[in-house]
Amino acid sequence: MADLGRLSLVTCLLLLIYAVAGGSFAAWKRKRRLAQSAQNALIASFGVTIIAAVVLMSALARHDFSFQYVADHTSRELPLRYSLTAFWGGQEGSLLLWLLVLCGYAAAAVLTTRRVARDLLAWTVPVLAFVGTFFAFMLVFVSSPFATQRALADGAGLTPSLQNPYMAIHPPMLYLGYVGLTVPFAFAMGALLSRRTDERWIVATRRWTLAAWAFLGVGQLLGAHWAYVEIGWGGFYAWDPVENAALMPWLAATAYLHSVMIQEKRGMLRVWNMVLVTLAFCLSIFGTFLTRSGVVQSIHSFSQSPLGGWFLGFICILVAGSILLIVARLPLLRSKTRLESLVSREATFLYNNLLLVALALTILWGVVYPILSEAVTGQAATVSKPYYNFFLHTFGVPLLLLMGIGPLVAWRRASLRALGRTFLWPLGAAVVAGIALLAAGAGSSRIGVIAYTFSVFVLASIVLEFVRGTVARRALGGVGWAGAFSSLIARNRRRYGGYVVHASVVLLAIGVTGASAYETVRESRLKPGQSMSVAGDRLVFRGYQARTESNHRAIRALVDVYRGDKYLGRYRPGKNQYFAEDEVSNEVAIRHDPLTGGDLFMIADQVNTNGSIDLKVLQKPLVNLLWLAGLVFVGGSLIALWPDAREERRLAARYADAAVRI
Amino acid sequence: MTAALIVGVVLAVVSVLLVALPFLREPTASDDRLVSPDESQQRRLGLAEERDRALAALKELEFDHRTGKVSDDDYRELVGPLRRRAAETLRALDVRATAHG
Repeated sequence: MADLGRLSLVTCLLLLIYAVAGGSFAAWKRKRRLAQSAQNALIASFGVTIIAAVVLMSALARHDFSFQYVADHTSRELPLRYSLTAFWGGQEGSLLLWLLVLCGYAAAAVLTTRRVARDLLAWTVPVLAFVGTFFAFMLVFVSSPFATQRALADGAGLTPSLQNPYMAIHPPMLYLGYVGLTVPFAFAMGALLSRRTDERWIVATRRWTLAAWAFLGVGQLLGAHWAYVEIGWGGFYAWDPVENAALMPWLAATAYLHSVMIQEKRGMLRVWNMVLVTLAFCLSIFGTFLTRSGVVQSIHSFSQSPLGGWFLGFICILVAGSILLIVARLPLLRSKTRLESLVSREATFLYNNLLLVALALTILWGVVYPILSEAVTGQAATVSKPYYNFFLHTFGVPLLLLMGIGPLVAWRRASLRALGRTFLWPLGAAVVAGIALLAAGAGSSRIGVIAYTFSVFVLASIVLEFVRGTVARRALGGVGWAGAFSSLIARNRRRYGGYVVHASVVLLAIGVTGASAYETVRESRLKPGQSMSVAGDRLVFRGYQARTESNHRAIRALVDVYRGDKYLGRYRPGKNQYFAEDEVSNEVAIRHDPLTGGDLFMIADQVNTNGSIDLKVLQKPLVNLLWLAGLVFVGGSLIALWPDAREERRLAARYADAAVRI
Repeated sequence: MTAALIVGVVLAVVSVLLVALPFLREPTASDDRLVSPDESQQRRLGLAEERDRALAALKELEFDHRTGKVSDDDYRELVGPLRRRAAETLRALDVRATAHG
């Protein structure tokens, strides 16, 4: 079976090389059949990658330890669901997933646009295939998941923290996001290479970009929840380089999604959009490099890693190639229109862009600095939470405010009188909220009060947008309130879907602020029968309970929680001892409070031999709004992604008028 | 092993066939040029994009005016140039269409 896997990957590599070479030649010499043939090669590469993926999946399911990858990442006692998800639990499998998703995206992009954007696609195909060639090359020559050995009796098992249901969904979501950013990048480069810098590349990739961005966002939230319930340190985001790896491209893509609207509406920021789409893609490749090269652990593991140098070289080629191409095509990217006023919707989009990019780049510097300092001085400098928090507050809080200001400001320019009218209610709501928060004692955290006050301002401005829009739509006549509301959204899904996404960011901000600025932490050593108090709740330790599962031994502390005299339930924080992996994991217990949205988070820090426990308890107000934000984010993204027949007709008319097919 | 090899060979043959399909379908194509918009079509496309932008901007302005984001004075000042621009692009497209027709 391993031979079939290897053969599939070699075939995939050959097909992709052909798509690069044949596709480039066809685009250069304007050869129609050769261009179609290159497109077919790209589609076929998806087929053969599926075969490779099926081979690996089947080896994982069968515990075929003659596959080195299977022996390194699974064991006989590992439940089947985790054996299957070990597909992306290691380096080789992750690279195969990258290639699989990329070839899938590429095939879908070709099939959906091949009849309508031929001239653009001619150069887009070689770019997509070039990225795919790199990953196929790595899988064939550098890091193969199909390396074989004499079958072992048992495997090394899977890292305990990866033995979690989130493993089934979080990495694939992230990869759908990371890899999806290749499509807008490839079309942008295709547009530059073919000198077709009209808006067709944006129109062709609008949904792909939005989908990739949404997947990346959802993937990160799932990762945060995974960290929260599984890693056992009491938080959801640790500014770990691997976490930052996903955040940076998402921020750049968020900036791009906003600025591309300015290009569509005003014909401005054409160079900036090319830069942003390149930045988002390069950061997604950089993220893969960070997680796969070992560079995060140390410069030594990077130099020993077979992948590091290749990835670095690939990133350099991408960055240099993109910059050269953008510079070479600058005359084609000049905008005819200029910003009319610094107080306008497009100006707020621009400020939002600058803040998003600044945040992404400061995070990038925080990730890169320890690596560079270790390379230069031999000593890795530490960039920790205070650095990131400082920049999150510096750039993130104004960003939050801008989300509320943007919708209230008119396009082109806004007069003071109009601003006064539109700002009145949101500003009033924010002031009332600020006073109420201070009166309620929230002033213990200045940043907390600011974030909550801004959040109220943003939510009020979003609600006001829906209300004013519905009233205006209804005033046109012919529809009731419900009809006016639904027609308002249906006529501009991207705008109103965007507002729903903004609302989800506000929920996220409220949750993050509550769980960090207003968190209570208590630690105590308890013997059976002893208790501790945390933020009004009393926790009584009753003793231990142990049980043995197929691949681990679980020990659980029995903790009864009371509020006053009311018994709230029994919770079981503890530890798992994994046999094959020879590792211990923290298994936390969480009491959700549906009324307040807060959590009581219990960690069995130390299970002592004398029967006592070192119990760490965190009370996290409003933290569940984070997960609610995820659902709202998905809803908003779906509204924005939903096909818009009116927009399709408008575009069809545009291209019919111009006598071209998009 | 044999089964794997057979599947592998089938895979390779299918891939080659798929890649060769455009040439197998049309062994001697009368016109093998890749179609792309000519200069005139490119200009028309630019104009059509400009027209759509102007019309969308007019709609936005109307909506912003109705929802109170744009004052009456600002509206009166902004609507004229936008209408002119929309009319100009429409006219330019008509001229080109007539020239083509």
